[in-house]
Amino acid sequence: MTTAERTPVLQARGLVKNYGQVRAIAGADFELRAGEVLAVIGDNGAGKSSLIKALSGALVPNEGEILLDGAPVHFRSTLDARNAGIETVYQDLAVIPALDIAANVYLGRELRKPGILGSVFRQLDRRAMREAAAGHLAELKIGITSPTQAVETLSGGQRQGVAVVRAAAFGKKVIIMDEPTAALGVRESGQVIDLIRQIRDRGTPVILISHDMPHVFEVADRIHVHRLGRRAAVVDPKQRSMSEVVALMTGALEPTGEEAAGGP
Amino acid sequence: MSALTFQRLLREPLAGPLAALVVACVVFFILTPQFATGYNISLILQQSMVIGILAVAQSLIILTAGIDLSIGATCVLGTVVLAKVAGTDPVLGMVVALGVCVLIGAVNGALVTVLKLPPFIVTLGMFTIVAAATQLYAGSQTYRVADGPLTALGTGFSLFGFPLTLGLLVLLIVYAVAWYVLNRTATGRHVYAVGGNPVSASLAGIKTSKTIFGVYLASGVIAAIAAWAALGRIPTADPNAFQTANLDTITAVVIGGTSLFGGRGSVLGTLVGALIVGVLRNGLTLVGIDNLYQNIATGVLVIAAVALDQISRRRLQ
Repeated sequence: MTTAERTPVLQARGLVKNYGQVRAIAGADFELRAGEVLAVIGDNGAGKSSLIKALSGALVPNEGEILLDGAPVHFRSTLDARNAGIETVYQDLAVIPALDIAANVYLGRELRKPGILGSVFRQLDRRAMREAAAGHLAELKIGITSPTQAVETLSGGQRQGVAVVRAAAFGKKVIIMDEPTAALGVRESGQVIDLIRQIRDRGTPVILISHDMPHVFEVADRIHVHRLGRRAAVVDPKQRSMSEVVALMTGALEPTGEEAAGGP
Repeated sequence: MSALTFQRLLREPLAGPLAALVVACVVFFILTPQFATGYNISLILQQSMVIGILAVAQSLIILTAGIDLSIGATCVLGTVVLAKVAGTDPVLGMVVALGVCVLIGAVNGALVTVLKLPPFIVTLGMFTIVAAATQLYAGSQTYRVADGPLTALGTGFSLFGFPLTLGLLVLLIVYAVAWYVLNRTATGRHVYAVGGNPVSASLAGIKTSKTIFGVYLASGVIAAIAAWAALGRIPTADPNAFQTANLDTITAVVIGGTSLFGGRGSVLGTLVGALIVGVLRNGLTLVGIDNLYQNIATGVLVIAAVALDQISRRRLQ
């Protein structure tokens, strides 16, 4: 059995989302396979962020279906998607500066102490969270060791690292990275790209939304090209050059039949 | 002390306010022999009590990057309701006063979270409304309350020969509860998160509206407790009392190192901040400095505290 024949981890068929007269998603297909980094690229206004929102539960499509491990899912909110094991890392460093790393990793999912201290007094199990966070930090090499360090003392790349660690800790099925390097410098972007690779190598597939072609070509196994609200092509970065991919994105180049049908 | 420990101490947010409190105490101790007497220290605590309790509520709200300009007026309305309703039945009076204060907090919270109005405007409007409503309800009169449950928090006791009141005990309990919630529960973390970065907080699955509504509701409860404590200290409900309470609570919070921009600070700092203001006012009175100069000193302190906060924030960025 080849990879292409296996059930995709996350799949969408014929997604449509209308905002009044505006059609943000116009019958889009999507397919993420196990163990891959799939880059999603598209011009501004191509509707790729609407597509990603539909996959992460941030918007509910009007038509079409989403399948997780082959089974249909209906996300009403990002919480639904998270509970299903889909985590998203956002470009704007979605961490709380004044809280420490452990608190940020567990933000919104805090662990409480067992017994009456937790149930009646709602007391946090800070130690358990610290230890687990330290484990996650050690697993992904982001150059921070102490989970009690306040996030505001970290560099931009390290802050994004904390967001990635959080996603990796809870994203059992899929991790979506929405322009994770947009707010970062060159060196720090490199660290995040490295983290993406680490996560894939641990077995979790990653969806990478990026404008940065060199990054996309560096790390992506396949590239989903989004145009006019739908999937225009899926290409193999080894077979296409950056300028060809940009031409596909703008419509200057027609995809091959295979690419248009969902790629290699 | 090693250099590292000292550096950590400098970064400790409580260090500044505590140092200021100690310096103020030492200066007044040197300047006047009356300052460091048991009686005077007890007096400072009594004078700081109502503002100190209200400042807990102000801290919670400011931590979410909000502000409550109506809390002093709410507390005053609370005292008048207590005095008027409790004339017939003290328990009913307490229930009604608590209900009125909580209702005011709930309306503030609803306007801030549902209509997304700026807290400054909402609570400024609420301050005006509540202050006027209090005057109307009180008929611009003061009400003396009889000894009993309403003045219970004025009951004195002696700890190692040091005169204290039940009201101070209540103050400590309010601070302890707020500290516990902020530092040991998920709710507390969400308060910091919502104030520090509301978008990130909501992306992390925190119900930001619920958190913000909660602090305004808590503000109402705390205002009612402060009203009760106020009658314990002075058993008269006066619609003209605590005119500067709103600003005094903000002063205590800011001097205590909590950032007006939200997400950063502690209630322990606020307690120290309230004591600094209390010590300053008391000490300056003892050395014979006019009340108006005390206001000037407090104003300078507030501006200095906010300036320090801004500078340290810029350094972090």
